[in-house]
Amino acid sequence: MLKDVIKTGRRVFCATGLALVATAGAAMADWPEKAVTLIVPWSAGGGTDATARAVASELEEAFGQPFNVVNRTGGGGLVGHSAIANAKADGYTLGIITIESTMYAAQGLSGVTPDDFTYIGRFNADPIGINIAADAPYGDAKGLIGAMEEDPMSIAASGANRGGLSHLAWVGLLDKLGIPADQVNWVASDGSAPALQQLASGAIDVVSTSPAEAQSLVDAGEAKTVALISSERSSLYPDLPTTSEIFGTDWSPLPFRAVAGPKGIPDEVVSKVEAALKDITEDPEFISLMSSRGFSVAYQDAATFEQTVKSSAEGLTAAMKSAGLTQ
Amino acid sequence: MTFATLAEALTLVFQLQVLLAILGGAVYGLFIGALPGLTATMATALLVPLTFYMAPLPAIALIVSSTAMAITAGDIPGALLRIPGTPASAAYTEESYAMTRNGDAVRALSIGFFFSATGGLIGALVLLITGPALARLSLNFSSFEFFWLALLGLLTCALVSGANPVKGAVSLAIGLLIATVGLDVTSGQPRFTFGSIELSGGISFIPVMIGMFAFSEILRGLSNASTGDLPKASAESGKQRPYQGIWPLLKTYPFSLLRGTAIGSSLGALPGVGGDLAAWIAYGISARFSKTPEKFGKGHPEGLIEATSANNAGLSSAWIPALVFGIPGDAVTAIAVGVLYMKGVAPGPRLFVENPTMPTAIIMSFFVANLLLFPLGYVAIRCARMVLAVPRNVIVPMILVCCFLGSYAINNTLFGVGIMLVAGLIGYVMERNDFPIAPVILGLVLGPVLERNFIMSMQISRGNLMGFFDRPVACVLGIFVIGMIALTIFNSLRKLARSSDGGGGGDAQNAFKP
Repeated sequence: MLKDVIKTGRRVFCATGLALVATAGAAMADWPEKAVTLIVPWSAGGGTDATARAVASELEEAFGQPFNVVNRTGGGGLVGHSAIANAKADGYTLGIITIESTMYAAQGLSGVTPDDFTYIGRFNADPIGINIAADAPYGDAKGLIGAMEEDPMSIAASGANRGGLSHLAWVGLLDKLGIPADQVNWVASDGSAPALQQLASGAIDVVSTSPAEAQSLVDAGEAKTVALISSERSSLYPDLPTTSEIFGTDWSPLPFRAVAGPKGIPDEVVSKVEAALKDITEDPEFISLMSSRGFSVAYQDAATFEQTVKSSAEGLTAAMKSAGLTQ
Repeated sequence: MTFATLAEALTLVFQLQVLLAILGGAVYGLFIGALPGLTATMATALLVPLTFYMAPLPAIALIVSSTAMAITAGDIPGALLRIPGTPASAAYTEESYAMTRNGDAVRALSIGFFFSATGGLIGALVLLITGPALARLSLNFSSFEFFWLALLGLLTCALVSGANPVKGAVSLAIGLLIATVGLDVTSGQPRFTFGSIELSGGISFIPVMIGMFAFSEILRGLSNASTGDLPKASAESGKQRPYQGIWPLLKTYPFSLLRGTAIGSSLGALPGVGGDLAAWIAYGISARFSKTPEKFGKGHPEGLIEATSANNAGLSSAWIPALVFGIPGDAVTAIAVGVLYMKGVAPGPRLFVENPTMPTAIIMSFFVANLLLFPLGYVAIRCARMVLAVPRNVIVPMILVCCFLGSYAINNTLFGVGIMLVAGLIGYVMERNDFPIAPVILGLVLGPVLERNFIMSMQISRGNLMGFFDRPVACVLGIFVIGMIALTIFNSLRKLARSSDGGGGGDAQNAFKP
């Protein structure tokens, strides 16, 4: 207990003293020879933050140096992602990036493009689900899409900000199904929690978000998840059908969480962290921690992950074009 | 809930490990909360790594007691140094600081701690009885209802802005304007960011709050340095004991306590809106229905009692939608939900059916934590008195350091410090010209809530304004709010007519009273 308190104290101290540590800089002898900063572009306590802290504590164990998680929030993740991309490329500032990093450029937001990162490895990817009210007249995904075909404007959907991943996954799917994406009624919300509240109160019809987020409402008999917007079933929800099975589409926008650094960090750092991340994703303790929160563990090495990023950036840019969101 | 569940929950809570966690969390929360600018959210986030090594109930009890304590202790720098700890406490910072300046610091703090704890205890009791039902009720609220509630919150501006409602409205507009900075959720477009990535994240209310209240106060002190404007411990308050004179207050204002608790418990259960709104609305309602509204803002206990009790009552309600439906209402409960998941205790209705002792035990730990507020508050008040005894040339640099630390820590960037300094200058100029500060914070906190719920509703109703009256609850709220506005306009017109008849100067503030 006392040791933990000291440890927490150290974290507090590190968090406030970070600017000093980060700018100190040192010649690379055998990385890491001092504390490493891990920037998280999303707020403390959220899903990305929780997984980041779990990864950080395992990295700490693997390298024997503190990995300090720093939340740099705001601007739909733009602030934190650009902080990672613009950090000093000495290997002592890394970050956890999410799929939003591939979308800012197409949205016309300056600061970050997919080319600004050194990709190290992916540790998580979870498909987005289609959730509807439990008492909705259309019982399943086919019925829902049928209702949309009749009158696209009659179904109000939500789950994130306009242009956010939930939005793109939804309009991307509709686009593939021949429903005019620019006529879809998307209710911009500040994340999935307010959207689920709207769904439960009967104000809107669809929430596209991960099945884990909707789980409690589903258990309460208020909502049901009818499909995953994906081409492969989830290991955590093996009974949920995918949109590719139902409609034969090939639309699979998988939100990811991954470790990356600014462009040009030493190869030594990339290979070391990549290997450590692979070990972490095979650690049963980490896997059970992730699955207890509804996150699946899905490792990809640096090269494969870079390909994933490139292809999802292309697919999402196309979806944004069809929804009239590109600049 | 059966008696057996309650007994089982009690035995769970009264384990040494859990009680230690509650005590540890409370002491830790007291320190974090009492440091100006460090928030309850930060206190909770820093505890997360620690909870990895704990059993589920102690882990949650730790978070529960540290937030309850941090939020209450946030009133200490508010009362002593005019640095509000939370957006909710900004509603009554002026009031408690006015009390301190009158030499009644101990009284202000005693009211804060005593009625926070009492409100928290009653709130926990309400939850224990109505928990899941309240949660179901809160699920019926959509953006339409939230819009009206946010508007009602903004109306309290007229009541917190003191002698000049027009200047209050200007301050409110400034707050609303600051709230528009950043990426717009609806369109994804940057607004007023001037190409700055930092600004695209929006302007956080914490550095603004610290700057406008605390830094501007320092500036004011500097500009009339000879007089020494900071409050001093009067000879009388030096002798005053903590909680002295609380009992007569309780007898004088029982309705304030009950109404504050009721407002806090019910509004607190609304995810995303409740917590911050409750204290403002409670303070506003207290002023509206008070027999002596002219005393508000000058160190009067009535509004303070109602707002602080609402604040802590709402704190426990906020957990209800999180526990029952997994919809966290604020950052603290979002973190707590995460911890629960990690401990294999998935929130949801099944939790109440399959394992009712767990949610009951969580509510019980609220109870214990609020009980602890009484003795810890006693100690804190005694210590706080010493702050006032510190000479001015020592305390000012310390406040300055706190201002810098608090605004830096919010996002670990110097950008926050810059915001704080600019906000301080603006706040100084505003106060010099008799523009009140509290409405700026109100606008900054409620602006995004109002705007987002308005836009969401308009998107849902496809641009039809009548959508705001389609749903029954929204309709009732809408008529109530519009009635309030109409009544205010009507009364001020009547006042105007009467004063021009009589030729006397109309008192602008009275225009807002029935």
